[in-house]
Amino acid sequence: MNEFLHVLTDNWTTIWQHFWVTIQLFLIAGVASLVLGTLLTAMRVSPVPALRGFGTTYVLLLRNCPLTLVFALLVFAVPKLDVNIDYFPSACIALTAYTSAFVCEALRAGINTVPVGQAEAARALGMTFGQVLSLIVLPQAFRTVVPPMVSVLNAMLKNTTVAAGFSVAEAGAIQAYLSERGENQIYTILWIMIGFLILVLPLIVMQRRLENRWGVAR
Amino acid sequence: MRITRIAAMAAVATLSLGLAACGKEGTPTPETPGQSGAPAAASDACTSSGATLTPATGVDIAGSPTFAKIKSAGKVVVGVKFDQPNLGYKDASGKRCGFDIEIAQLIASKLGIDPAKIEYKEVASANRETSIKGGEVDYYVGTYSITDKRKADVSFAGPYFIAAQDLLVRKDDTSITGSESLKGKKVCSATGSTPIQRVRDQKLTEDSNIVEFKTYSECVSQLIDKKVDAVTTDDAILKGYAAQNPSMLKVVGKPFTDPATGKAYPEKYGIGLSHDDKALRDFVNASLEAAEKDGTWQKIYDGTLGKSGSSATIPPLEKY
Amino acid sequence: MSSNLLYDLPGPKAKLRNRLLGAVSLVGIVALLVYIVLRFNDTGQFDSIKWQQFEYAAIQQQLLDGYLTTLKTAGAAAVLALLFGALLAAGRLSDHLYFRAPTSFVVELFRAIPLLVLIFFAYYGPIQLGYKVGPFWPLVIALTLYNGAVLSEIFRAGVNAVARGQSEAAYALGMRKTQVMTSILLPQAIRAMLPAIVSQVVVLLKDTALGFLIQLPELLYVGKSIGGRLPFGLPYVPSYLIVAAMYIGTCGLLSWFAFWLQKRLMGGRRRKTTAPPVPLTNEPGTPIV
Repeated sequence: MNEFLHVLTDNWTTIWQHFWVTIQLFLIAGVASLVLGTLLTAMRVSPVPALRGFGTTYVLLLRNCPLTLVFALLVFAVPKLDVNIDYFPSACIALTAYTSAFVCEALRAGINTVPVGQAEAARALGMTFGQVLSLIVLPQAFRTVVPPMVSVLNAMLKNTTVAAGFSVAEAGAIQAYLSERGENQIYTILWIMIGFLILVLPLIVMQRRLENRWGVAR
Repeated sequence: MRITRIAAMAAVATLSLGLAACGKEGTPTPETPGQSGAPAAASDACTSSGATLTPATGVDIAGSPTFAKIKSAGKVVVGVKFDQPNLGYKDASGKRCGFDIEIAQLIASKLGIDPAKIEYKEVASANRETSIKGGEVDYYVGTYSITDKRKADVSFAGPYFIAAQDLLVRKDDTSITGSESLKGKKVCSATGSTPIQRVRDQKLTEDSNIVEFKTYSECVSQLIDKKVDAVTTDDAILKGYAAQNPSMLKVVGKPFTDPATGKAYPEKYGIGLSHDDKALRDFVNASLEAAEKDGTWQKIYDGTLGKSGSSATIPPLEKY
Repeated sequence: MSSNLLYDLPGPKAKLRNRLLGAVSLVGIVALLVYIVLRFNDTGQFDSIKWQQFEYAAIQQQLLDGYLTTLKTAGAAAVLALLFGALLAAGRLSDHLYFRAPTSFVVELFRAIPLLVLIFFAYYGPIQLGYKVGPFWPLVIALTLYNGAVLSEIFRAGVNAVARGQSEAAYALGMRKTQVMTSILLPQAIRAMLPAIVSQVVVLLKDTALGFLIQLPELLYVGKSIGGRLPFGLPYVPSYLIVAAMYIGTCGLLSWFAFWLQKRLMGGRRRKTTAPPVPLTNEPGTPIV
């Protein structure tokens, strides 16, 4: 027990710094993927066939590609295009691109639950596509998809650990650092698990709160 | 819908079979390239040094659990590296060669196992101790530096070679001349390796400029892409990479020195063994001694590491 | 509501505008692709030397072996995860608190811990305790634990989504809980949830790519080692492109299978939608990722 606590106290700065990078990755990629995902959904239901095709292809490609491969392509293939992106921004971009595909899918399913009458009434009032989407449909769709959306964000929080394999000093790299210093591996991993459990708690709390406030009986 | 799906799956299946059928036999050898960015014609194919290694007969090591396991299995499992040219390398056809590989074969032959029957396992730098402790490999030969901290987990026979820490940079980069000129430059190495620890502890560059990947070839790739400015590890490894691509890479040639003693940090390559198996350790040390005396070590060296221009001095064995 | 109710059918002006927008975006996308291809060409990615390795049978065999390892790992983990998920779901749906509480805790625990950390735990844990373990089983066990928890949520959502009248009628007829579950609820639940289950298997297949961290020679690891050969110009880009194509192909086939399954089982959809719809439930276990 003593050794277990010592693993945390001796390496507190390392552990905390790495988790802070994880939190940063999560916040940046979370906001960005929500925005990009909403944009993709708008593209997929838009009247322009080309945009619909682009959205569908994008989601098809990124839903079926492992996240590690997305990272690998960003870190190894993109420099060949003479575009030099630092490792942390690369990680943010990879996570955003990947998660936005799932956000798009969840939101599209949400659009399907909004009653038809809403869109018909909006069109009867003469609203354009953009107005229908932004004023009527999407707000209601968002309210329905709170659980799946939180699930997507939860998964993204855990996916941030993949960045550790691509030179981002976040929580997934703690194990390698501490084993260098000769710390007990099992205790290290237990502490990392506890850290992630703590990080997931705000998400669950937020989900309950939002469900209570926004939940719609259908 | 059903027909198209079955058709699609059939198409994929035939395609894959067809591809497998029309593969060329033999080892891929790089043609002479014509465009920029491609390396000079260094052969990828593995050639052995030509040292004859006949398996010894009637070998018995009393009190060695690892040897008992080897004997009953009839083969030996060795942990190696696969992407270090002239040290531990696997060419495109799957053949292995290099100084470390041949030392591993030498030990196997002294243990009475035919070198052709060795089962090689590729283990990354960060996982070496765990693979030896877990019994995943019987011994490990792969630029494994002997350090006191590692001696708590595993034991070492040797050293069979001493390298120094150096830097690999782009050929046209003149700004990096040694360990003192790394400030503001991005330095890459393998996660969990001694060289990058040293860079971090001595603050040779800023923390944000330290880049770590699982394998050195990824570091070299980032170096060529100008995403990092230097790759640091043992000069033996770096010289192998430089020899494979002399038009784009060069080794700085100024080993890192200990500020206290003024001498280069020695990277003593040892054979990683189980922590408690003293009998095997003594046997391996004796085998190394014999090979160094009768010229086998030199022959292996000249045919592998010697090709990339490292100097050859037989290091004294550290027995314990 | 399908998408073409969000906007009026395009009149002549709108059609022209759509065509224009379509042309502009098409030009934009083609320009981007051409730029990428040209830049790759400039930096020598299409040099024959980088693609040379792939003509050889040995390399193709390595890729195939990696692919088979991926499929083997995914297959084993999928079967075990389904069993584990069914077990956990049975626990969570139980009437007795002493079954419900611990299984709920286990499910929430494994859903909260990153897969990477689970893999490290399953790999380094036994080694530290002195047991010899290769990279295959730790990956399978970690995948089983994580996906089992997610699948149990899917099963639970499926059972809860069956119309309440069904179970009410069954209880009214005098059936006991087990009978209700096995004869009435489960068959309907599984039919409804089958696409979601297949989607989760797709996720499982993609997650096998994390095996490269513990040196499992699966497809991504093989791609990395092929790409890391300096004499061939470090062909990471060709190697990763080929590996990506293989993953996208396999996962795409599986996703298509899920879509086809849903169409088959749900009797098709009356309206045309733009892409395969995702089953939506209000349960937190929706298998989006």
